[in-house]
Amino acid sequence: MSAAIGQPRQFCALGGQQTVAAIERAVPVVHGGPGCANKIFSGLAFYNGFQGSGYAGGNAIASTNCREQEVVFGGEDRLRHVIDGALQVMDADLFVVLTGCTADLVGDDVPSVVAQYRERGVPIVHASTGGFKGTSAAGHELVVRAIVDQLLEPAPAVIPDLVNVWSVLPYQDTFWAGNLRAIRDLLGGLGLRANVLFGHGSGGVAAWKQIPAAAFNLVLSPWAGVEIARRLEERFGTPWLHHPVLPIGAVETSRFLRSVADFARLPSAAVESYIHEQEAYFYHFLDRAADFFLEMRWDLPSRFITIADAAYSLGISVFLVNELGLLPSRQFVTGDPPETSRPALEAQFAALAPGIRAEVSFLQDGGAIAQAIRTLPDLHSPLIIGSSWDRDLARELRGYHLSIALPVTNRLVLDRAYAGYAGGLRLIEDLYAAVLSTY
Amino acid sequence: MSSINLKHSNLPVREERLGSVIGYHGTAAHLAAQSRAGTLRDRDRSFTQASSCASSCAICLLSLIQDAAVVNHAPVGCAGDFTAFNLVNRFGRFKRGMPPADTRLLSSDLREREAVFGGAERLEQTLREAHARFNPKAIFVTASCASAITGEDVDAVAAKAESDLGIPIAAVHCEGFRSKLWTTGFDAAYHAILRKIVKPPRVRKPERVNIVTFWGEDAFTDLFERLGLVPYPIVPFTTIEQLEGMAESAATVQMCSTLGTYLAAGLESAYGVPEVKAPPPYGLAGMDAWLRALGATLGKSAAVETLIADERAAVLPALDELRRELRGRTAYVAAGAVHGHSIAAVLRELGLTILGSSFWHHDAHFDRGDPAADSLTHLVENHGDMPVSVCNKQTYEVVRQLHSLKPDVFIVRHPGMAVWGGKLGIPTFLVEDEHFGLGYRGLLRYDRKIADALSNPAFFRHMARHTRLPYTRWWLDQEPAAFLEDEA
Repeated sequence: MSAAIGQPRQFCALGGQQTVAAIERAVPVVHGGPGCANKIFSGLAFYNGFQGSGYAGGNAIASTNCREQEVVFGGEDRLRHVIDGALQVMDADLFVVLTGCTADLVGDDVPSVVAQYRERGVPIVHASTGGFKGTSAAGHELVVRAIVDQLLEPAPAVIPDLVNVWSVLPYQDTFWAGNLRAIRDLLGGLGLRANVLFGHGSGGVAAWKQIPAAAFNLVLSPWAGVEIARRLEERFGTPWLHHPVLPIGAVETSRFLRSVADFARLPSAAVESYIHEQEAYFYHFLDRAADFFLEMRWDLPSRFITIADAAYSLGISVFLVNELGLLPSRQFVTGDPPETSRPALEAQFAALAPGIRAEVSFLQDGGAIAQAIRTLPDLHSPLIIGSSWDRDLARELRGYHLSIALPVTNRLVLDRAYAGYAGGLRLIEDLYAAVLSTY
Repeated sequence: MSSINLKHSNLPVREERLGSVIGYHGTAAHLAAQSRAGTLRDRDRSFTQASSCASSCAICLLSLIQDAAVVNHAPVGCAGDFTAFNLVNRFGRFKRGMPPADTRLLSSDLREREAVFGGAERLEQTLREAHARFNPKAIFVTASCASAITGEDVDAVAAKAESDLGIPIAAVHCEGFRSKLWTTGFDAAYHAILRKIVKPPRVRKPERVNIVTFWGEDAFTDLFERLGLVPYPIVPFTTIEQLEGMAESAATVQMCSTLGTYLAAGLESAYGVPEVKAPPPYGLAGMDAWLRALGATLGKSAAVETLIADERAAVLPALDELRRELRGRTAYVAAGAVHGHSIAAVLRELGLTILGSSFWHHDAHFDRGDPAADSLTHLVENHGDMPVSVCNKQTYEVVRQLHSLKPDVFIVRHPGMAVWGGKLGIPTFLVEDEHFGLGYRGLLRYDRKIADALSNPAFFRHMARHTRLPYTRWWLDQEPAAFLEDEA
């Protein structure tokens, strides 16, 4: 394996700061070097669909900006000063202290500093997210785990229609805001109330405090969120459902909705009626686009390659194979998913549809990915669905390219969703816009 | 007077060399006087928001050298800015008519095992990979907080790889925690270039002038041609071969001493390339002084006077008209030190009143300490006094001031700050191209930009109505300097 990462597609555990930024009225407090918060904001948020500062992200993030004196003598006092100031200056409902490499390597006792504030009734938690400790996806889980363990109390009663959703990761998925809204609406179609926890209208700390009251936790992702659901089961006894495929388009979304309905024991007539209505709309447009698909097929790509995190790589592969009847080339899963999650992912790629399998590589380094793609067979005009890093490669191979994964620098992304029925239509539009605009 | 020593791989940080500060609240005249008297003391803040670090500034300059590679010896989070600089590179190549190409950046991806067992081997592997993948003419290794705290000898690894691979490999000491000034990263990058890349001059090219630049579009060729000179912009969008030859130029001139002080001073002290000591070329007075200093250095004074007269005559009628258009308008400026002085000079030239300013740091003097290059004093002498704050991008302080001052326009330089003017409903813009307002014709361009920003504030009105600030009412009623420690 290569010792280096070129064209990075994920960053370090401090990426959890963007998870905090996605919680309404929450403020990240970074205890790290002067550039940490900024580099993470730049890579995970701004140069990823140009997601901006929002309420208190970007340069508004409180930060200890550690210098030599904190590295040599420890930074606990400095952290106290910054927390004191943040409590006066920032109008927030939750503060999350995240440590960078300096604090974690120096060994500041951040848990006790933060616990002292919590004992005084301050809504504040801490997560140890030193950069060398892992990926941004791991950082996301560390932050969620910190809030679950340090802030939440068991609920007096279960709210029967409430479902906590653990799916795409805020900011790290360029389309998270739209996707979570789409998932919320889909669950709403079944009569469930989705607690999506991140993004506009998600309810902030009040919604987080409802987590223990949910009827169940829904993990809608190949692996991210599984540990969170396990932890919530351990602490609050909440059952959980794992649907590993991000549902894009009608086939997978209907399958997803039925698995939720089954798990939640919802009356089947109402569920089927909702699914029928959604499918009718979706296939109306596929039917209308059939002239295009069938007549212009001579120049449409016959093999697709995804270069994306596990959720997108698998979700898009399932969609393109089962909905549009395309055939996969090798798929590249980035983001360094945990070793334990890989056998299941490989099995899913091996059975995308009857008789249709895709080989999968787990790689993070853009140079290694490009080298592997150059040597693939059947590369006639490949469709490369990846990040902005892959544009030159697609051009070199006379193929087509769409940016859907971090970093996205050639698109401005607002609330576009690829999840759900409508999300499938959007992905088809975007893929073929990318193909057609090549000429 | 020079604090530049190319024998050592490391260099003193800017606060030690230049008496730089990041905390001040007062006036331009007072700050300039304290700087000159040597009595300026920094004021720390107890509450701080995200700043930036030296590593970003170093990587920025070095990754824009078109045939070099940069290895960032750090956890992959420190590569968070790779995407940004790649876009700058692609954008700059497009503007220069070059085909698209990505930067040659690699992260050594330090993990927990390296934090425990050391990352020297990983760095060696990454250097070999960079060499094999990019076939670069040189490799720069940027050090990080993590590599420094774990005590790695980046210099030794670089030296060994240099002899193995046969190309210059330079360690760049831009560890984030070493300096409170992100601009120390510029100095660290130039230090590595001066030590490892620049060659002693074989000849002097009497017509060629180094210009220390960022990535702005060419603003010099036309002016320099009229003086019989050829501009030689360094460092972004050059090649290693071009950088090797920079000591053969007749002089080095800067458009921003915040950026260029170390390189200009280093070229003079190590290779005898004279540094043109002048205020920045913004505003009529600044451009006049800059050209005159250039002319005096190169024996072109007569040609410079003709150029000044011609350019002034060409722009003055339009300028007078535009000044009438902007009369009575007010502004707030927030930008890196010297470029902030430059923007302020342009605004004053156009007749705006500057209600306040935030400069991201302040250097009490530059590397060769010549008062002729003192841009703040130049600003005060030519354009009068004005309120000045120094903060390393402390959004809460800037918002606090904008909230009460309510300027007609907010002009920013540095990512992630413009939005805070917008949230307050203030027409705001950021000029990414630092040459946009440069020289005589730049005044006209800047004027048009301001007039445009003022003429349709629709977007800003919506923002003010629909966004909520993350600051407490309490804070918005405090003194802006409330969290600065007392003056010594």
